[in-house]
Amino acid sequence: MSKDRPALVELRFELNGKDVAVECEPQQTLSEVLRGRLNLTGAKISCEVQVCGACTVLVDALPVSSCTYLAYEAQGRSVTTIEGLEGRDRTLHPIQQCFIDEFAFQCGFCTPGMILSAKALLDDNPDPTDDEIIHHMDGNLCRCTGYVPILKAIRKAAAVMKEARG
Amino acid sequence: MSDDKGRDFEVVNRSVPRRDGRAKVSGRALYVSDVKLPGMAYAKVLRSPYAHARIVSMDTSKAESRPGVYNVLRGDDLEGLNPYFGHAVKDHPLVAIDKVRYAGEPVAAVIAEDELTAYEALEFIHVEYEELPAVMEPQEALEPSAPLLHQREFEAGALRGFEGEVTAGRGTNLCQEHHIKWGDVDEAFAKAAAVVVAEYYFPMAYAYAMEPYVAIAEVGDQGVTIYSSAQHPFMVRHDLKTIFDMPVSQIRLIVPFVGGGYGSKSYTKIEPLVSACAWKARRPVKLQLSVEEAMLTTRGDDALTWMRTAVDADGKIIARQAKIYMNTGAYAENSPLVCEKSSNRCVGPYAIPNVQIDNQMVYTNTVPASSFRGFGCAQVTMAGESQIDELAAKIGMDPYEFRVHNAAQPKQEFFPGMRPFDGTLTQDLKIVADNLGWKEPLPDGHGRSIGCSASDAGAYPLTSTAVRVHADGSASLMIGSTELGQGSHTVLPQIVAEELGVPFDLVRVVSSDTAITPYDRSTGASRTTTLMGRAVQEASREAMEQMVRMAADVLGVKESEIATVRGGITCGEAKLTWSEVLTRYYRLPDGEVIGRAYIRKDGDFAQLPVFWEAASTGIEVSVDEETGKVTMEKLGTCGDVGLAINPALAEGQDIGAATTGMGIGMFEELEFDRNQLLNGNLLEYRLPRFSDMPRTVKLELVQNRDGVGPYGAKGGGEASLNSLPANIANAVYAATGARIRRAPLTPEKVWRAIRDARAARGENES
Repeated sequence: MSKDRPALVELRFELNGKDVAVECEPQQTLSEVLRGRLNLTGAKISCEVQVCGACTVLVDALPVSSCTYLAYEAQGRSVTTIEGLEGRDRTLHPIQQCFIDEFAFQCGFCTPGMILSAKALLDDNPDPTDDEIIHHMDGNLCRCTGYVPILKAIRKAAAVMKEARG
Repeated sequence: MSDDKGRDFEVVNRSVPRRDGRAKVSGRALYVSDVKLPGMAYAKVLRSPYAHARIVSMDTSKAESRPGVYNVLRGDDLEGLNPYFGHAVKDHPLVAIDKVRYAGEPVAAVIAEDELTAYEALEFIHVEYEELPAVMEPQEALEPSAPLLHQREFEAGALRGFEGEVTAGRGTNLCQEHHIKWGDVDEAFAKAAAVVVAEYYFPMAYAYAMEPYVAIAEVGDQGVTIYSSAQHPFMVRHDLKTIFDMPVSQIRLIVPFVGGGYGSKSYTKIEPLVSACAWKARRPVKLQLSVEEAMLTTRGDDALTWMRTAVDADGKIIARQAKIYMNTGAYAENSPLVCEKSSNRCVGPYAIPNVQIDNQMVYTNTVPASSFRGFGCAQVTMAGESQIDELAAKIGMDPYEFRVHNAAQPKQEFFPGMRPFDGTLTQDLKIVADNLGWKEPLPDGHGRSIGCSASDAGAYPLTSTAVRVHADGSASLMIGSTELGQGSHTVLPQIVAEELGVPFDLVRVVSSDTAITPYDRSTGASRTTTLMGRAVQEASREAMEQMVRMAADVLGVKESEIATVRGGITCGEAKLTWSEVLTRYYRLPDGEVIGRAYIRKDGDFAQLPVFWEAASTGIEVSVDEETGKVTMEKLGTCGDVGLAINPALAEGQDIGAATTGMGIGMFEELEFDRNQLLNGNLLEYRLPRFSDMPRTVKLELVQNRDGVGPYGAKGGGEASLNSLPANIANAVYAATGARIRRAPLTPEKVWRAIRDARAARGENES
């Protein structure tokens, strides 16, 4: 580390249900801390201007672009990344399973962000209309699938989650 | 459906879930962006602010003396390397040498202990430039007085992919030209019943692979090892062999999952630069570009096409002539091949007795252009399929009927010397027309269009593979094909499972490591399912032949007494699985047999193209005449794929390609303001989003098993892009009466065209 770097700050937050403490520079983004210091590389970096959604993670259940969200803003909050979605018994979250079932990805680079954006929607609005899904997901780009399979996957996941709730 | 032994398919022709599914939904799928090596340094690139300039001097001492900086790589300090690369034309220096040829060209790279340190050091490099006049348009660049981009003579690359000569480096800005001629176009146009002549433009487009270019290089005693997001690792290996003057055995390319390619990651990109950094710094170096830098690395070739097409009194197309100017930017990359292919792709999918195509690919001071999904076909199909609708309107024929009337027929040699047509366009067109409700009335402000294309696809047939069958009955498939998302890691093991009769889940895929996996020329031109698929099928069969000999040995019988069944053999009463054959042969429950296959330009693959990639697409749009905004209401595609090994994946290719075609047809264009790229970021380069998609989408596949791939398969994944920009222009015309011949059809362009069309009809502006 160069000598003219700013002093490190200590950052504590809840990450995928566990408390973590990590040192970071004050200008570092959440994605730099997650990917660079905590080795959680699920959040992907693409546009770096909050257009593509590939870096989406949830902070207190709301989707944020981790490529431009300062890590320090996560202080004391609860962060969910794609790595936190699988159950302890390794079962996939229904949204993850429905993405596989509906062929809702190809290269996979947008997928972690897509799934987390969809989770934020379905946790808030368990029975969305197609218009609501499209409106909510419009900030997540995919260059491979033409979006239609993703729409189907989210629709199906809503139904599966509804049934699981009984 | 059944295989060539009459057995019903068990694994093939089924939409089995993706092999990479769990890795990709859980965030565990590994991309080069995620890879870190011990002791790794990071490089950042200083780029030219000028489109054309001489580098007078460069002072890197301040940057080099900053804490944490290891080295600065510069073009005048590459002694020991051959710094020019290019599989077609060796015109591309790995970092600028003496001059820069486009704004954004790398002029130096800082190698430091972390990315921020490297980035901060860039501003301490001082470069003095002498600006030179720049030329941005192909026709201007061909003027005798135009500034010359390249002063050197070039060596043609051994792997350029076409048979003609390279015309670059002969003292002009002409990079490549291609000419096609049969029949007599002048005579045909003279006697034509109707002719349409016009000029069309296909824009510079950015592929937007979501993962920007990234590579990690290490230069050591064993040679050069590179982790890269490259689509064609074996082609990159060949470029690096020259740069380092090493045998290919000492150049190792490793490609894990790739975050999108669409052609933009084909051939060599940043690998020479990052490996030169590693060579200079004597440690592993990672170079991760941003999206903005990716936009300054490669784009699609734009094309200005003058075209005329003639029909006789029966509505038969009798002649087509085109003159095309294409723009490769500062370096040739793969544009010489794009030049040849776009010329060929002016003809199909129609049988035309008189043809003349003249195509010039020109150097300009813009971002280098290369392969992009559609590969020349999309560029000229904007012209060709627009012109088909214009002609149909002129002679009062329905544009669907006009296409059916003229489409190339199955087995017809519509392109002299090439493989006879192996698709069924009339069937494809009918499916799409029916799904669109072709004859049904439309609401006001709506328009519909149909189109088709046929590309000489498959690139060059040179592919090999190995299928290792293990004594426990599982198998490993060794393939050089990269997984870009298209699904090769799912489709290819489906073929192994089908052939060997082993469960799909027991077939592991080992891919894309040039030190380990057998040679595959490339992953592009829709070739993998056809060529690698066929190789995988043959290698599986060769493994079984070996296991039949082993079974004869262990049973003490003649080979001819053994019959193969799914999953093993029978011999009289005896029945052995492959696992039992191997275990008894080796007398241990371990060991393996290796089946091999080599595909070359011979036998079924002697005649090019490997296959014709054909499809039909149709759309319905609504146009808001007040704003010019076009909304796609319906999309229909029909991929003519021979046999879909995995139908869901094949349909996924079609809708993905159509969506990119829609983007280029409606909003995508890299724009230059004089010498600078104006919209080189994703805030200003508009890509298709969720809300742009039509609410009605009908995807279909025609499976006539008429290809040379396994079980009659052919490739797909580009064709439904090719006709989409013309689909949009034609549907907007149908809706408004305004003909637009330049893609993309942005709201402003549509609004102006509607206004002009009204004025031409003598209507008052409301």
